[in-house]
Amino acid sequence: MGLNAMNKVMSNKLHIALYIAPALLLVSVLVFIPLILSGYYGLMDWDGIGAKTFIGLENYITGIQDSKFWDSALHSFLLAVFSTLSLAIYLAVSIILASKIKGADLLRKIYLIPMLLSSVAIAQLWIKVYNPSSGILNTFLRSIGIENPPNWLADPTIVLFAIFIPILWQYAGFYILIYYAALKNIPESLIEAARIDGATPFQIATRIKLPLIKEVVSVTIVLAIVGSLKYFDLIYVMTAGGPNGASEVMASYMYKLAFNSYNFGYGSAIGFLLLIITMVVTVIVRKVTATKERIEY
Amino acid sequence: MNRIGYFFLYLALIVVAMFQILPLIWLFIFSLKDNREIFAGSPFALPSEFRWENYAKVWDGGIGVYFFNSVWITVVAIILTVLFASMATFAITRMRWKLSGLVLGLFMIGLMIPIHSALIPLYSMFMGVGMIDNPWSIVLTYTAYNLPITMMILLGFYYTLPKEVEEAAIIDGCSIHRMFFRIILPMTTPVMATTVVINMIYNWNEFVFVNTFISSEKYKTLTVGIQNFIGQYMTDWGAIGATLIISVLPIIIAFIFFSNKVVEGISSSAVKG
Repeated sequence: MGLNAMNKVMSNKLHIALYIAPALLLVSVLVFIPLILSGYYGLMDWDGIGAKTFIGLENYITGIQDSKFWDSALHSFLLAVFSTLSLAIYLAVSIILASKIKGADLLRKIYLIPMLLSSVAIAQLWIKVYNPSSGILNTFLRSIGIENPPNWLADPTIVLFAIFIPILWQYAGFYILIYYAALKNIPESLIEAARIDGATPFQIATRIKLPLIKEVVSVTIVLAIVGSLKYFDLIYVMTAGGPNGASEVMASYMYKLAFNSYNFGYGSAIGFLLLIITMVVTVIVRKVTATKERIEY
Repeated sequence: MNRIGYFFLYLALIVVAMFQILPLIWLFIFSLKDNREIFAGSPFALPSEFRWENYAKVWDGGIGVYFFNSVWITVVAIILTVLFASMATFAITRMRWKLSGLVLGLFMIGLMIPIHSALIPLYSMFMGVGMIDNPWSIVLTYTAYNLPITMMILLGFYYTLPKEVEEAAIIDGCSIHRMFFRIILPMTTPVMATTVVINMIYNWNEFVFVNTFISSEKYKTLTVGIQNFIGQYMTDWGAIGATLIISVLPIIIAFIFFSNKVVEGISSSAVKG
């Protein structure tokens, strides 16, 4: 009788609807419908205020031929490459951190601090770090005898690298945290066995630890690449895509089209291309990095 | 490993820690200086006199309003997100219905989407219902966009709740609402705490939605507010430093007290792509 009553209560349609409705409604109306509308608005000539005129695929064709869009896409992809390469540094730090280091817990928490700050605050802080005359970077460079240190954010040839440093700074703690947790999950007995067999610490790291956390590494590669394609806040605040488009990324290009030039139709088309590119890259990177066998130990 | 080996390992770890922490220490130091001292003195020298008036000046100059907006918008959005996510997770994991798998899949797709693709339509939707420059557009948007990650974190915990608890409650004649609010929700407190922490960090630091939907100074939150504000104080580094320190302080304090929850929340948010 109890189970019957339970089934009745737990499969009551009204109850189910009541509990799922608020979340489902919000996500449908504010996340999914706008995504679909973005594709639809992309078919319009529209300034955001006046009437929409249907122009077919014109915006999408313009987008595909727009060299400024592809430049911004290239910058996004470069950031994705830098982010992926920097995973090696995080991994190395994590391997050291997980090797019976006293104070490891405190250190990984210190590493995490920048991750907690808003991208706006980080951008403002690093604008100051890079300040050509009074920033700590150039003050330091001058103190070691470099007389004309670069103007980091104003030089189109280095601005993208200059922007990547705060990104590295911001996310280091996050990736180290993930790798550290995965490394700590490796049973001590495996490492001990290798040590007894005469493996060097370097061999233990590359032949035993790395293969065992392969799955986690592929997850972080997906995160680093997909995250890079969506970068916006930090770049928008630090350089607004400048100088002269040298640090423009896909999201900042789309944002300017819509909210600075009031080109809502074209902006929507670029936004929709951003969605498609992100989805396609996510699927490809997942496929490529997927580990075939699940590791059991 | 020998002693020298360990020495170099520690050295490497400490260099990384310095890289992570020094820019913030420098920020704090210059927030207490005036321009003369910042431009002339050594960057890490302590100020000759701690100029706390930098903080008073920016607080009274408008940061106080932004701070208050950040607090209430963050708190209300957290409450709505965690409540709605808990209800939906309860319905998906504990109730019996055919479409539950499909609906769950829909929420999980929400983890992957780039917000910029939805920004223009969201703007025109809020414009259409007269909610542009209205802080509730921000609260609702934060809630909607944080529901998927919050549910993702809650899911594992809900799957492990023993069925016997619900059975006993229903046999005792408990209504489903009473069971959810009096029994299930309190049982999930530890994982709810994790989602609260992660929502707090996201909401407090969010920039794009506020920058796009809000134009009145009186509704702006800290992330957007400090942008204009810093424009005003272009050359006054002490004021800028104080503004930035005020904007990050609540998160740093939360981290000091709940660092384990923060670590847990950030690790479990790793799925957010």
